[in-house]
Amino acid sequence: MRLRGGMFALLLGASAALGAIEPLEFTDRAQEQRYQHLLRELRCLQCQNQSLADSDANVAGGLRLEIHKQMRAGASDEQIKAFLVERYGDFVLYRPEVRRDTWLLWFGPFVILAGGGIALALHLRGRRRPAAASATDTPRDEEDW
Amino acid sequence: MNPRAAIPLLVFAAIVLLLWSGIGKDPRVLPSVLIGRPAPQFSAPELRDPGVQHDRASLLGKPFLLNVFASWCPTCRIEHPILARYVRERGLRLVGLHWKDESEDGLAWLQQYGDPYAQILHDPSGRIGIDFGVTAAPESFVIDANGTILYKHIGALSVEDMENTVMPLLQGRKR
Repeated sequence: MRLRGGMFALLLGASAALGAIEPLEFTDRAQEQRYQHLLRELRCLQCQNQSLADSDANVAGGLRLEIHKQMRAGASDEQIKAFLVERYGDFVLYRPEVRRDTWLLWFGPFVILAGGGIALALHLRGRRRPAAASATDTPRDEEDW
Repeated sequence: MNPRAAIPLLVFAAIVLLLWSGIGKDPRVLPSVLIGRPAPQFSAPELRDPGVQHDRASLLGKPFLLNVFASWCPTCRIEHPILARYVRERGLRLVGLHWKDESEDGLAWLQQYGDPYAQILHDPSGRIGIDFGVTAAPESFVIDANGTILYKHIGALSVEDMENTVMPLLQGRKR
């Protein structure tokens, strides 16, 4: 029984260590939600596919404390983001500002998608025309890739 | 041959080129926004003599390499002897930023591996590191006599990095 209790305590300890979230005080529930929301908008620069909310990295913990401190001191989300971008660059934001040098990042995928769509449309139209012209005698046309 | 038959091949070639260009790149090497900008203001106690305070102005006058290190950082041990050699043999001015570490641990680490630093800023909370955009240790900054950050290196410095980049920048042979 005592052994089981010990194991349970160990498990509890392990889950607390994995949580990566420091015990912090907030003035109210809204501020805590704002804090959690902001952390998910920010990238951990050490382990780049994690947000600051998820990351266990040393640098992430320090940044969380700093963000918390600034939030308690009355800084807005925009001010906190500007503070971080000034030091760590646009990369810290999951959704960087739309500027000329981020156009490719924001709109590149849609350009490629549109290009693919146009190519597909042209291709389909090119196939349909001869098919329509000889519709009477070539029911096998569909297989003719 | 129908020229349009070449289109998939061209698209394929473009994708290959795009992906090929990414191979071997370290995604952690980010362009630092601080390059070409003045080093941030700070004030920190000297690790080896907490009565002494360092600040930005007190470090300027001669170019130096600011090296972020900690006793918990295994990679720091790799570059440490290289940096020490450049201090000893080439007159490198090396300033330490002892980052997110306890002073006893840092002092014991220096005792064990040698202490090549001219000054060491003690930054246990990592707050100075945030102003320098530090993401992990080791990292190093080349800072000129006026306090402008010329270069940032992420990870351990090798002899090649020192010869090709750091020393030429410090000596004003490279911009």
